[in-house]
Amino acid sequence: MKTLDDLLKQPGAWLNVGGNTGVLVSSRVRLARNIEGEAFPGWAGEEESVRLWNELRPVIESLPGLSSPLVLEIADLSCVDRDVLIERHLMSRDLAGKGRGSGLILKRDESMAVMLNEEDHLRMQVMSPGLKVMQCWQEINALDTEIESRIAYAFSPRLGYLTACPTNVGTGMRASVMLHLPGLVLMNEINGIIKGVSKIGLVVRGLWGEGTDASGNMFQISNQVTLGEKEAAIIERLEKIVLEIAEHEKNARARLIQQRETSLRDHIGRAFGIMSQAYLLNSKETLDLLSALRLGIDLGLVTDWPKAVIDELFVLIQPGHLQKWEGKAIGAEKRDLARARLVRERLAERRRKTG
Amino acid sequence: MMCEMCGKKQASTFLTLMVNDKVKKMHLCAACASESGLDGTHPISITDVLLGLGGTKETSAEPSHKTCPRCHMRIADFKKTSRLGCQACYEAFAVELDPLLDAMHKGKQHVGKMPARLPEPSPALARLATLKESLDAAVQAENYEEAARLRDQIRECSEKPVRRQSKKIS
Repeated sequence: MKTLDDLLKQPGAWLNVGGNTGVLVSSRVRLARNIEGEAFPGWAGEEESVRLWNELRPVIESLPGLSSPLVLEIADLSCVDRDVLIERHLMSRDLAGKGRGSGLILKRDESMAVMLNEEDHLRMQVMSPGLKVMQCWQEINALDTEIESRIAYAFSPRLGYLTACPTNVGTGMRASVMLHLPGLVLMNEINGIIKGVSKIGLVVRGLWGEGTDASGNMFQISNQVTLGEKEAAIIERLEKIVLEIAEHEKNARARLIQQRETSLRDHIGRAFGIMSQAYLLNSKETLDLLSALRLGIDLGLVTDWPKAVIDELFVLIQPGHLQKWEGKAIGAEKRDLARARLVRERLAERRRKTG
Repeated sequence: MMCEMCGKKQASTFLTLMVNDKVKKMHLCAACASESGLDGTHPISITDVLLGLGGTKETSAEPSHKTCPRCHMRIADFKKTSRLGCQACYEAFAVELDPLLDAMHKGKQHVGKMPARLPEPSPALARLATLKESLDAAVQAENYEEAARLRDQIRECSEKPVRRQSKKIS
């Protein structure tokens, strides 16, 4: 699909290459909404879903806020294209598994995406590099208000926006921040942080959301509560905690340099060594190695590459992207070979010319 | 002690969960613990725990074929998927959902964004909730003067329907 291929030419909003983000990688706010009087997608039949898709699609597509977006019906997408969209954080694995009547409407710069007939009729998100949760909320709130002026939502004055899962009822809002925390992981302090965070109504997840591990030392922190608190209050609390964690991360990095500089340099040097020489690399290993190089760049210990090269690889080495890059679907073993080649070539060719 | 899930066997698994600063204790038999993935061999999803346990206390009194009049989802369907069928399910299964919402969230009254099409009285409810929230904070901070002032405001608010509230909710 021509239009989807164009996405690969841009950096993607969640890890904005060249945005030069450090610990605070990206922010995202998503809202769950359902249409008044319609069964939720998981309970509705395919016929109902298709009818609703046909009704909703023109409304969403024509929103000025999305400025003539890409419209992608899931049934029309190849497996590789679905993976690419998931890896770019533009849709969920849940949506990728849906049949006819589900799809994605995507602003061309990837900053806004609306999923139709996922778990709820509408799941809309705004993403931005850095710590900009409040700004993301303002943008998605404006889009939501635009939709609301055209469609009646399922809403109860007592319970707020009604969602398929009671964990989302109320604001229907999930606000999250992606953090890169290699310092806390290397200093063995991350578990304490995760425990502390989950005690105050926030949730910690891995790079690709629920049920994934924190490959590449990337952690997503988001709110758990959606009922009984205002959106702005939830976001303020999230931002405050995230800034505290970022402070802990900076302290951990400072102590790493003070107390373990040699082993830190060794860790980063080995990462470079493996990446520039290996012939087989799986995703998990590569993400962890990229994390080490990213840390090295942040600390000024690695100066051979601009951070953009590393950040771009975080996305490009994912299975979907790799297959897109190769131009064909390939199995896991061949992907490891292709991944190692891509990493070797990128690191060699983008190396800053020194002397 | 009997298992909280099936109510038939002796409980052998004891769990303590922290949900929004509230401690929730659970007692399960080996079979139910293993079936819910709480036997320590799987990562625990708090959502599934809370949803899975929801309404179990009612199973003896409430027939399990309780059905939503609008979409015909049965309570048993909800327990299987943890997802509701339509907006009317929130009314139909209110008894089962109430303790869940209580455990998962902060209170049972929505105070966030409101659709602009909604009539006036609901912002008043939201204001009431905000006042109650401030009252809790004032009591916790032992600021009794402020607490008394807020209590009077709450009283005033709940006595007469508030019309002067603007529609705008931030």
